Amino acid sequence: MEVKREPLGPAAGLGAHVDPDALRVRSLNAHQLLRGADMQGANQPAHLKGTELDRYVEERILTTTLDKTVAWARSNSFFPLAFGLACCAMEQFHAAGPRMDIARFGFEAFRASPRQADLIILAGRVSIKMAPIIRRLYDQMLEPKWAISMGACCSSMGVFNNYALVPADKFMPIDVHVPGCPPRPEALMHGVLKLRKMVQDDPDMGWRERYDAHGTEEVIEAGEPDDATAAAVNVVGGQPYAKDTAGA
Amino acid sequence: MPDATGLELIAHELRESEGDEAVRETSFFRGRGAIEIAPERIRAVLAHLRERGFAFLASVHGVDYYPHEPRLGVHYELLDMARVDRITVKLRVPTDAPEVASVTADIPADAPGGPQRGWLTADHQEREIYDMFGVVFQGHPDLRRILMPEDYEGHPQRRDFPVGGEPVAFTYNERDALGPM
Repeated sequence: MEVKREPLGPAAGLGAHVDPDALRVRSLNAHQLLRGADMQGANQPAHLKGTELDRYVEERILTTTLDKTVAWARSNSFFPLAFGLACCAMEQFHAAGPRMDIARFGFEAFRASPRQADLIILAGRVSIKMAPIIRRLYDQMLEPKWAISMGACCSSMGVFNNYALVPADKFMPIDVHVPGCPPRPEALMHGVLKLRKMVQDDPDMGWRERYDAHGTEEVIEAGEPDDATAAAVNVVGGQPYAKDTAGA
Repeated sequence: MPDATGLELIAHELRESEGDEAVRETSFFRGRGAIEIAPERIRAVLAHLRERGFAFLASVHGVDYYPHEPRLGVHYELLDMARVDRITVKLRVPTDAPEVASVTADIPADAPGGPQRGWLTADHQEREIYDMFGVVFQGHPDLRRILMPEDYEGHPQRRDFPVGGEPVAFTYNERDALGPM
């Protein structure tokens, strides 16, 4: 079977019988407009002037700032850390499952390493013994990073408000608290979408200022990294641990 | 389960072999037989019961009997796997000297009471009772906290330990509840 390819648009000299509103034609026209090409034929922008030209351009070109574009991209591609603490984790799995399908929004890439993740969902209760480990995971995550406290336990400790637990706000900044015991997957999705809205509006949401968290960035010193520096995965006051212990 | 009569027979045997003061009380409640013993005789009693067929130490529990004295208790649940028979051995120690001999390690032949095999399963359970109730198991090979952080103070399952917890932080009291951030 012979496949016949017909070029579209004015370049092919077909202007007369090609639908001028066809998407392909419009995109070709916009493309040529941007390149400053002088186009011939009916309904071509070369013949437009004044407000008509403005309207033509507005319909076809979107302008924004780089920051907004980056925030838009970030907010639609969270990489959550595959991390569950207790019963809430079951609901978290369910949010990734087919019924809620977190992949609809682009958040399905659960990462097994904090080095590849930028969102940590604290799904469950945080014991005093677990808190430094979670803080360490959080410190290892990529900047910019966000945290969701899921369920009553790690927000206010819920029914486990006793000697063993600690609220997540005490040792790390939390961006969104999702209430519930446990929250349904819909509630978690709602929280993630709230976070998406926050990220789109204001990428870092000023959390370092809000939590007075300057100096918690992970800093690997410039220059030839020795093994100790390269292995330093945690920071205190901007200095790798290895640095502190080497001096002591 | 030994029935009530069987329990008395076992208690009688223990009194014969370990002395009258070894067994303090027997109780038979809802089909469960329990023997309360003198805390310093625990190794001898468990060794005797092991000879008798209760060779499996199913679990070790800590109890706080507050406000009754002596406050702290340790329960040893024994199981006879051949006859499917269970018995509970209980002991009580005061809080000012909460010391019990550990049943974890073997007793060598040249030591008093030896030779005797230990109950390895008691290792972590005794550590947990030490962690939660503060009962010190003398002779335990590695008596450290097992659940709470190493630097934790107090024994949180004691009845007079405050339930603790944190004030719930809402937006209006965030600063007070969480401290300066």
